[in-house]
Amino acid sequence: MSSVATTPAAGEIAGLSPRKRKVIKALDVFGLIATVITVLGAIFWAFPLYWAVVTTLKVENDIVQPGIQLWPQRFTLDAYTHVLFNTKIGTWYINSLVTAASVTVGVVLISSLAGYAISQLNFPGRRILWWIILASFMIPIPALIVNHFVLISQFKLFNSWLGVILPQLVYGPVTVIIYKQFFDSVPRELREAAKLDNANEFQMFFRLYLPMNWGITTALAIITFIGAWNQFLWPFLSVTNEQMMNVTVGITQVTDAFGVKYARDLGSAILAGLPVAIVYLIFQRRVTEAIMLSAGIKG
Amino acid sequence: MSAADTAADVPLPARKKRFNRNEVLAALIFVLPFVVVYAVLFIYPTLQMIWLSFHKAPLIGPGTFIGFDNYLKLFKDKLFGVALWNTVYFVILTVVPATMVALAIAVGVNRLKGWMQSLILACFFIPYILPVSVVFRVWGWMFDSQFGILQPLIALVAGDNVPVFRTLPLFMPTVAFITVWWTIGFNILLFIAGLRNISPEIYEAAALDGTPRWRQFTRITWPLIWPITVLVLTIQLIAQFKIFDQVYLFGNGGRSDATMGLVQLIYRSAFQKNNGGYGATVAVVLFLVIVVFSVLQFQMLRARGNK
Repeated sequence: MSSVATTPAAGEIAGLSPRKRKVIKALDVFGLIATVITVLGAIFWAFPLYWAVVTTLKVENDIVQPGIQLWPQRFTLDAYTHVLFNTKIGTWYINSLVTAASVTVGVVLISSLAGYAISQLNFPGRRILWWIILASFMIPIPALIVNHFVLISQFKLFNSWLGVILPQLVYGPVTVIIYKQFFDSVPRELREAAKLDNANEFQMFFRLYLPMNWGITTALAIITFIGAWNQFLWPFLSVTNEQMMNVTVGITQVTDAFGVKYARDLGSAILAGLPVAIVYLIFQRRVTEAIMLSAGIKG
Repeated sequence: MSAADTAADVPLPARKKRFNRNEVLAALIFVLPFVVVYAVLFIYPTLQMIWLSFHKAPLIGPGTFIGFDNYLKLFKDKLFGVALWNTVYFVILTVVPATMVALAIAVGVNRLKGWMQSLILACFFIPYILPVSVVFRVWGWMFDSQFGILQPLIALVAGDNVPVFRTLPLFMPTVAFITVWWTIGFNILLFIAGLRNISPEIYEAAALDGTPRWRQFTRITWPLIWPITVLVLTIQLIAQFKIFDQVYLFGNGGRSDATMGLVQLIYRSAFQKNNGGYGATVAVVLFLVIVVFSVLQFQMLRARGNK
């Protein structure tokens, strides 16, 4: 903001009264201080993650030395090789990947289909359906854990991928609303033109509405995936078998019998967070867009 | 809640008198997966939760109808009082600080340009996308009672190393602080979007009038950003009432009753004590608390914003 106010003022500044000139100068000093504080804040925010990563690259003996080593003196990947080869993290990774990907596909598919019908089609019960979707925001998902558990047990899905996946399909009713809004804004003329070509509703959806909103599908898929990967409470409740655990649950619930090893514990955590961190770094703009949309702000 | 509200403002087109048979048929196929999933996994469990709360029942298996006994028991249960207080305490410790800090950071980040802005924003935002287990390990290491990098600082104040997560008065504030660190990126993002919507001309005019920086903030930025503030407060309030993961993990697997929140009481009653009926009762109360709070707070803040 300050540059907007000050740079073009360079020419005009001569015409201003000395008092006003002083004010503009004062603004710049303020701006500098604000920038310095922001940068220091960012360093403070990023430091715990940096410190965790650096710790995993140290030899275990160096970690417990007094004093602060901001960079490993003796560099090693032992923590990672140990975690990768001596724990079940590989299996947990697969469990997380399968369940998170299935939740993503499921949520995107059912939401886009329903969003299309609510947006474009006229059918009895449409209004009731819409109100149920809006009302579902009120219900706190953690309140449903007891009855989700009862349901999953009735279907004998305890300790299975499907048991982890199914309840998570209702975690994001907002995707339906976002799809409805985007389908609403597809120009009416395109629909009329497709109708003249004798396109049925399914062709209309798969060839016109879905491809036209490919960007939003990507964005929603990414945050649904991140959300499902990060899910803790439900995967923690619905799985007790170590073989079937998700990585976020596994690394906290299964502990090494040989006492605390800082680098290994942190290494397994870094590995658990790595996929979502990478997805975020690649699709930064999409993630931001989707988060804003689910908060009700059109980006 | 918020998205629902904005979406509710968009009216559905007026209902046509007659339905087209083919269109209705297609619509049924389109909404069928959604309806089945939400009926089985959302509406049915919600109704069953209410039903179960009137029964004395194990987690799995039949129970007996006992009317409001579970609710009466709840209000006499000391643990429920503890859980409710801890939840409210956690909400107080997180919601307002996270909103204010996020606004300050957003104003700072919004002033920056280009790659510098992206880099700084990423620093603040990246914790938000990480799973709770990573946050747990990272901060467990920062505060580790033997080798934690923060212990020298703590020793400076307290005279000795302090096992923060095993010291009751420090537990909730520390977990709240970590939660703010973890989730603030979301708030910052919303505030930046709001700040970008304020036209720079307003500030230019104010600067030429010699309006001091602070006045510019209180007279321009703050009123214009108010709707976003309401949004951020409401979203957080609802989210933090559902607190479980961090408190459970840092509380050493929920071994102490003193750090218990409402969701943890549901978990404990239904899963650890096999009292499904009582767990469902706590769940119903949590549900009511969230509905009441979200409606109340939203109305209150909106009324103030309209003044």
